[in-house]
Amino acid sequence: MKFYWDLSREEVLGAVLMVVSLGVPVSAGAQATAADQLTGKLVITGSSTVAPLIAEIAKRFEQNPDVRVDVQTGGSSRGISDARNGLADIGMVSRALKPEESDLSSHTLARDGVTLIVHASNPVTALTAEQVVGIYTGRIRSWKDAGGADAPITVVNKAEGRSTLELFLAYFQLKAEEVKPSVVIGDNEQGVKTVAGNPDAIGYVSVGSAGYAATYGVPIKLLPLDGVAASSETVADSSFPLARPLVLVTKPRPGNPLVRPFLDFALSAEVNDLILALSFVPVR
Amino acid sequence: MTENARLADRLLAGAVWLAATAVTGVFLWLLTDLLREGSAALSVSFLVDEPRDAGRAGGIAPILVSTLLILGVCLAVALPLSLACAAYLAEYTRREERAGRTVRVSLEVLAGMPSIVFGLFGNALFCITLGLGFSILSGGLTLACMALPLMIRATEEGFRAVPGDYRSGAAALGLSRWTTLTHILLPAALPGLMVGTVLGIGRALAETAALIFTSGYVDRLPDSLMDSGRALSIHIYDLAMNVPGGERNAYAAALVLIALLLVINVLASRATLGLLRRGYAGAGA
Amino acid sequence: MLAAALRAAAFVCGAFVVLMVLFVLRESWPALREIGLSRFFTDPSWHPQGGAAAGTFGLVPMITASLALTAGAVALAAPLGLLCALFCTDYAPLGLATAFRRLMEVLAGIPSVVYGFWGLVVLVPLINRWQPPGASLLAGILVLALMILPTMALLAQTAIATVPADYRRGAAALGLTRVGTLWGVVLPAARSGLYTAALLAVGRAIGETMAVLMVCGNVVRSPSSLFAPVRALTANIALEMAYALDDHRSALFVSGLMLAAMVVVLVLAAERLRACE
Repeated sequence: MKFYWDLSREEVLGAVLMVVSLGVPVSAGAQATAADQLTGKLVITGSSTVAPLIAEIAKRFEQNPDVRVDVQTGGSSRGISDARNGLADIGMVSRALKPEESDLSSHTLARDGVTLIVHASNPVTALTAEQVVGIYTGRIRSWKDAGGADAPITVVNKAEGRSTLELFLAYFQLKAEEVKPSVVIGDNEQGVKTVAGNPDAIGYVSVGSAGYAATYGVPIKLLPLDGVAASSETVADSSFPLARPLVLVTKPRPGNPLVRPFLDFALSAEVNDLILALSFVPVR
Repeated sequence: MTENARLADRLLAGAVWLAATAVTGVFLWLLTDLLREGSAALSVSFLVDEPRDAGRAGGIAPILVSTLLILGVCLAVALPLSLACAAYLAEYTRREERAGRTVRVSLEVLAGMPSIVFGLFGNALFCITLGLGFSILSGGLTLACMALPLMIRATEEGFRAVPGDYRSGAAALGLSRWTTLTHILLPAALPGLMVGTVLGIGRALAETAALIFTSGYVDRLPDSLMDSGRALSIHIYDLAMNVPGGERNAYAAALVLIALLLVINVLASRATLGLLRRGYAGAGA
Repeated sequence: MLAAALRAAAFVCGAFVVLMVLFVLRESWPALREIGLSRFFTDPSWHPQGGAAAGTFGLVPMITASLALTAGAVALAAPLGLLCALFCTDYAPLGLATAFRRLMEVLAGIPSVVYGFWGLVVLVPLINRWQPPGASLLAGILVLALMILPTMALLAQTAIATVPADYRRGAAALGLTRVGTLWGVVLPAARSGLYTAALLAVGRAIGETMAVLMVCGNVVRSPSSLFAPVRALTANIALEMAYALDDHRSALFVSGLMLAAMVVVLVLAAERLRACE
C-alpha cells in the first residue's frame, strides 16, 4: 500500500484535484435543502485522538462555500453525551460503542492498532503473552528474565478509562488492579516519548503513532504480537489481533441536514489520504 | 565593619549572584533547546499562513489572531475589575477585618484551582448557561477569572506599599477620594499594577486546559468574538502531544509565543514609563 | 459613589469565586451522595472504574503527593526567587537587572505544556540514568519550581523595590552593613508583599496540571522517596476527566474540592503565621 509520504508531489496534487472535482457533483446531489448548495453549520465534538483527523476532513468539506464545520475536543465521553443531548451534531469516539450506548448510531471512520513498544536499544525482539502478563503484573522484574539485559523493567501503562488500556487488558486477560505500573501515561505521544527516553521501558501505544515515530528516527521499536508484526498493513488486513475502531456517532435521526452529506464524505474513500497522513488505517 | 559582618555581606552577595546565574543558566538551557528544535520551522510564511496537515505544515496565522483576541477580551475585563477590586481591598478594608480576610482567602482558593476545573466551570457558566457557546468571548472571560486573583493581589500590594503620608497629604490638601486614587495612589502603585498585569498576561497566554473547553479547537480565522478560535497554547499542546510528528512546529510555535510575550511586555513597560514621565503622578506636567 | 462602584467590582469578583465553588459542589454532589466522603479517605486504592459500589476511591496517596510536590517546589523556589529579586534590586547594574527582569517576565508566560514537554524529554531521562524510572516526585518538584520561580521573583522584586528609599537611607546613616540593611530593614518592610508572592506561588504550584502530568509518573501511590512516581490530584483530574462518566466524573470533582480545602488550610495557616510574628 502506498503511503502519503511515498507519493510524489504531482501524484498528491493530482489525487487532491480528482477528489475535489469528484466532491463537487457528489455534494451537489446529496443535499436535503431546496437550495442548490450545501449550507449551514455542523458541530462535532469528542475524542482528541480523532479530532485532528476530523478537522482535516472538515477543512476539505468546507470547500463547499457557506458550510462551516466546528470541531471541538473534550474526550470520547463528551462526544457521546454531546451527541445524545444535541449539543453536537456528530460525536467522535475512539472505541467501539458499549451496549448501553446503542441508542446512538455509530459509523466506523478508521481503525487503529495497539502495539507494544520498547526502546530501540533493547535486545528483545519479541515477547510471549505470558512474558507480557508477567512483566505487567510485576512478576518479571528484570529484562534478563525476558531475554534481555540485566536491568529493571520500567512498565508504562495507560490511565484508566482509555480504550487502548481496555483493549490491552481484554487481550491479555488482565484486570486493571493486577497491573503494577512504574509510569502511567495519558496520550499516545506521551507514551512514545517516555519509552524513547528510557532504555529499559516497555509500553503500548497506537500503531500509527509508534510507526510514524519509528520511521522518523525516534528510538523505539514495535514488538510483534502472536508472531504478527505491528504495522498499518497488518492492521488493515486484520491479521494484527489488537485493534480499535475510530467511530463517529450520531442520533439515529439527526436534525441537521448537513450531517448526512458530511458522513457520506467522511466515510468515503475520498478521505483515505487524510487518514493515512495521520497514521490511522482506512477501512474503505 | 567587623570581620563577621564583612563575611556575611560577602556570603549574601555570593548567594545572590549564584542564584541569579543558576536560574539564568537553567532557563537558557530551556530556551536553547527550544531554539535548536524549532528555529528551522520559523519563517515569515509560518506567521502568515494557515495551518495545513493537522498543523504539521503551513503556519499559525489564524491561531495568532485568535490568541490576541482572547488576550484582549481577558485584559479588557480583568484590568478594570482587578484595579477596582484591589482599590476597594486596599483602601476601604483593613487587613485584619473579616470581610477583607474572606475575600483574600477566596482569591487564594481561586488561584489554586486547577486549570481544567476552570475550563469546565467556564464551559458551564459562559458557554452553556450564558449561551455564548464555544467562543473567543467565553475563553477570554474564563481566562479573566483565572488571572483575577493574581492581578488583584499584586495590585493590592502595590496600593498598600504606598506610604500613609501620601494619603495624609492628599487629605490635608482637601482632595476628593477619586482624585486621591487616580492622581496620587494609582501612579504610586503602578509597579504593583504592572507586575500584576504582566503576570496575568503570562498566565493567560500559558493556559491550555481552560481554553480547550471554552474557546475551543477550531483553527479557522475567527469572524467575530462569538466564533470559536484555537489559542496558541492549545496548538502547541496538540502538536506536541496529540499529532504524530508535530514536535518541530510545536517548538516553533512556542518560540513565537515567547517572542509575542516579549513584545507585549516591552510595550507594557514603555507605556508605564510614558505614563510616569508625563507627570501623571499629579506632580504637574 | 466611588465606594459603591468599587464595592460592586469587589462583589463581582467575589461572585466568580462563589459561583466556582458552587459549581464544583454541584458536580461532586452525586459522588458525595453515592460514595460518601469518608470513603475518599479510607479506601485502599484508586480504581474508580467499578462504579460507586465496586470501585475504590482512595484519595490519600494523591493528596500526599500534591502536598509533597507543592512543599518541595516552594522550598526550592521561594529562597531562589527571593535571591533573584535581591539581585535585581540591589546587586546587579541597571542594564543587567532590566534584562534579568525581562527574562523572568517571559518565563512567566511560557505554557505549562512547554515546561512539561521539556521535562519529559530532557529531565526525566537524566533522572532515569541516576535512578529509574525517572518520572518521579523529584522531576515534578524541579519542573514546578522552575514554573513558579518567575512569579515569586517578580512579585518579590516589586515588593522590595517599593520599600521607601528613606528606609535605606536611614539604615545607611546608622552604618548598617548590606546584610543588616536587607535582613533587618528592607525585607521586614516588604514582608506583606513577600508573603503574597509566596502564597500566589503556592497557589500556582498546587493548581498546576499539565506539567506534573507529564513528568511525575502518575502512579497512585504515596511517595516513598524522591524518586518514586506519584500522581497529583490535578494530574488525576486531567488524566481521567475526558473518559469519565457519571460517578467517576463526580469523584474527580470531589478531588477538586479537596484541592480547594487544601488551599484554604494552607492560607489560614500562613495568615496565622503572619499574625504571630
